[in-house]
Amino acid sequence: MEATDTSHPDYFHRVVDCQWACPAHTDVPEYIRLIAQGRFTEAYLVNRHSNVFPGILGRVCDRPCEPACRRGRVEAKPVAICRLKRVAADNRDDVSGKLPPIPKVKNGKRIACIGAGCASLTVANDLMPLGYEVTIFEQYGEPGGLMRTNIPSFRLPQTVLEDEIRMIVDMGVDLRLGSRIESMKELLGAGGFDAVFVGSGAPKGKNLDLPGRAAADANVHIGIAWLESVAFGHIERIGGRVLIIGVGNTAMDCCRSSLRLGARQVKVMARKPRGFFKASEWELEDAEEESVEIVVNRSPKAFVIEGGRLAGMTFECMEYELDARGRITAERVTGEEFIPADDVILAIGQENAFPWIESDLGIELDKWHVPKVDPVTHQSTRPGVFFGGDAAFGPKNIIWAVEHGHQAAISIHKHCQGEPVTERLAPGVNLQSRKMGMHEWSYSNDYAPVERRLMPHVSLKERFKKLNIEVELGFSAEQTAQEVQRCLNCDVQTVFAAKLCIECDACLDICPVDCLTITANGPEAELRGRLKVPARNLAQPLYVSAALPQTARVMVKDEDLCVHCGLCAERCPTAAWDMQKSHVHWPHAEDEAEASEARKPKIA
Amino acid sequence: MTFIPKPKIVHPALPRNARGLVRRDYEGALSTLCAGCGHDSVTAAIVEACWRQSIEPQNLVKLSGIGCSSKTTAYFVSGAHGFNSVHGRMPSIATGANAANRQLTYIGVSGDGDTLSIGLGQFCHAIRRNLDMLYIIENNGVYGLTKGQFSASADIGTRAKKGETNFQPPIDPALLAMTLGASFVARSFSGDKQQLVPLIEAGLRHRGFALIDVLSPCVTFNDHEGSTKSYAYTREHYEPAVQADFVPPEREITAEYGAGEALAVAMHDGSRIVLRKLDAGYDPTDRAAAQARVQERLMSGEYLTGLLYVGTDGGVEGGRKEFHQVNGTPEEPLNSLPYEALSPGSGGLAKLLARYR
Repeated sequence: MEATDTSHPDYFHRVVDCQWACPAHTDVPEYIRLIAQGRFTEAYLVNRHSNVFPGILGRVCDRPCEPACRRGRVEAKPVAICRLKRVAADNRDDVSGKLPPIPKVKNGKRIACIGAGCASLTVANDLMPLGYEVTIFEQYGEPGGLMRTNIPSFRLPQTVLEDEIRMIVDMGVDLRLGSRIESMKELLGAGGFDAVFVGSGAPKGKNLDLPGRAAADANVHIGIAWLESVAFGHIERIGGRVLIIGVGNTAMDCCRSSLRLGARQVKVMARKPRGFFKASEWELEDAEEESVEIVVNRSPKAFVIEGGRLAGMTFECMEYELDARGRITAERVTGEEFIPADDVILAIGQENAFPWIESDLGIELDKWHVPKVDPVTHQSTRPGVFFGGDAAFGPKNIIWAVEHGHQAAISIHKHCQGEPVTERLAPGVNLQSRKMGMHEWSYSNDYAPVERRLMPHVSLKERFKKLNIEVELGFSAEQTAQEVQRCLNCDVQTVFAAKLCIECDACLDICPVDCLTITANGPEAELRGRLKVPARNLAQPLYVSAALPQTARVMVKDEDLCVHCGLCAERCPTAAWDMQKSHVHWPHAEDEAEASEARKPKIA
Repeated sequence: MTFIPKPKIVHPALPRNARGLVRRDYEGALSTLCAGCGHDSVTAAIVEACWRQSIEPQNLVKLSGIGCSSKTTAYFVSGAHGFNSVHGRMPSIATGANAANRQLTYIGVSGDGDTLSIGLGQFCHAIRRNLDMLYIIENNGVYGLTKGQFSASADIGTRAKKGETNFQPPIDPALLAMTLGASFVARSFSGDKQQLVPLIEAGLRHRGFALIDVLSPCVTFNDHEGSTKSYAYTREHYEPAVQADFVPPEREITAEYGAGEALAVAMHDGSRIVLRKLDAGYDPTDRAAAQARVQERLMSGEYLTGLLYVGTDGGVEGGRKEFHQVNGTPEEPLNSLPYEALSPGSGGLAKLLARYR
């Protein structure tokens, strides 16, 4: 293999599994260390820089970081990254003085954002400090988008939501509530805006057109619309027996909300077996803790009407054949079952809908009637019109919408400054040694053999009394102190200088997870099999050094299970190994603005 | 050394031996030697060999004397028996323990000071007695624990860290052992585990005295330019003559060893050592020729390494009767023998005494 090119910013970024998996590239190890030091405000700001809504995301993020966490490969369970974020948000001081200043003199560019959800708010958050004037049009009387309408308040308290939205609105955003945009043509035609950002989400829940649907209409609800009505207090009751169709995260919110609105028996009906559920494992757990029954292998067949109202539904009982890799190869119907119900909630997916975008505006739609959007610049086929969040590429989640907002903000800035939107700053990485002395590192390098802490919940007796009792209590101080120590500090990188190595084997001998080998070089596939422990996780790269001075062999590190304990560097007599903190710099609009400024000719 | 203990986490894919143990189960306490010390690599090689041999920790005895090297025994197989003896007196303790219980596996770790200076007499007699043990010398040419004076194995012309030159001739433990009739003599290098680990495996199984002289650089006092026992010098003047592979009884000797160039030496338990000559002119089974060759290479400044001599003649392993065969010690450990068997009784004592009248 060629010696690994660690100068490419992606190399060390990838080692930090959580940050690599986070769409917004949140510097997770850094904020966990800050929490460990009790510096909650700083931890909050590190988060806010990347993900804008740490208090919200610390409760309801889909947390792609956790399945990626290296701790989950070393032990069974990853670090509770998401809930540590909440610790920072809950314990922070007032940050209003620590947010970027908003220039009094504006730059004369006006931006329209459609929908006051997380994507539009992120665009405003990134552009307001640069002097842009941002107007957000929101159809409802409250900002927040799906964060407000679709996430029940027992998971996300309103105060947290409002606090973080206010931080952005208070930057001077012109927030127009109750102002639904009915025509893109009118908005563009009226002029006055230099760019338009569409962050209107994917607000259309899918229907299930089965026999009896029309007759049962009064008791059949579309999941996201129903959650919305619950959020705004339009719906306060539901029947005693409720069926939820679908097992995504929306279904979980529907079943748990039903329990708080008077349902006594809630069943979630799944067409396929458990391994195929779309809901996150932890959301399933939380629902099941509340005695929601998840019935598998039931495919909806018809709504049953008795005496003019819904009596229940019939389902086909399914059986599946799986292959060795767990994929379905055949299915058959083995029978039919009637399940009585007073109400049915459909949570089988959602779509974006753009009836308000006229076809003659140069905004091209694809065959599914959604706009063609560039995945990097977020620009539509009409320059100056950008899409982000669920409106861009269909339903994802908050953290993706935030990153879309960041990227769209860069494009909007470049568009307004007359720069090509495709020429963007590349990410960068900085390395800095953590060595403080012979055996001292400026990070806690010892491995803490602590298991993942369990999130304490409000008792099952208490939590159903009101709709807005937050179920998760948050980590206690003791739990936090233990959980932070589980982080392996993957951003404190093992950096190797081949020319210093005397091949004494000290690092190989001390490595607790046997991830180092000195051996003759070879092609990757063959080399992987020849390591001290064969490197079978192909998703994790090998770090191969240049030829070593004494024998021309190479040092190979399998990045898979390194616990970043720094023992290789401590045992190295020549400091060929060093522990260096990597800081990944992921450019935002402010960096682009700085770069534009630097490019301008200087007048002495 | 390091300030934090080696974390007790194990790579999930780490292979298990016949006893279901992983390599890490054969580790010992945290080393307090200097970072980069060759001895730590020897420790790792012993750990690997003991794991491969599926030794039961309670059946292993670790013995040592005094010195940096003698700290090694604390750093592997923490479940084994151990004895840190007086300086240079490890062979006496090994003899006593061996006499009392021949069913255990004995491994002694010593250094060039402990073996070739203060303990030279003890060392020679352990070889003479053909004690059933593996004796490893971690040889670095200096007294590291007293800050780097030349030891008895320092070569003529080698320079100390502060610059002085050594003019006294070295004692070469491998040559000495061959002269004294040792039945298994090897030399290796801490930086070459591929060679060292099979040698340790073979040495652990060898019945009789097995010596492995391991060049193990002192990274603090003897790893500079001008030293003849630094990592760099050793690598440059290191000449593998015979590669010895340990083949356990259940494994066949495969065709990877071409006919004629490999020689299998049978051991008492059915395992074999397969010798591959890397130096065509070398015969590791001819004591006189091997001795001459090792000496000749030493004169020209080269360390001949590998299994330098293994006895194959005389119908006993290693070509010589070992300690227990000579002394007729019982198979069972003394502490398991009934009192009647251990004590001759007054009648027996009278008979014994009568022989001296």
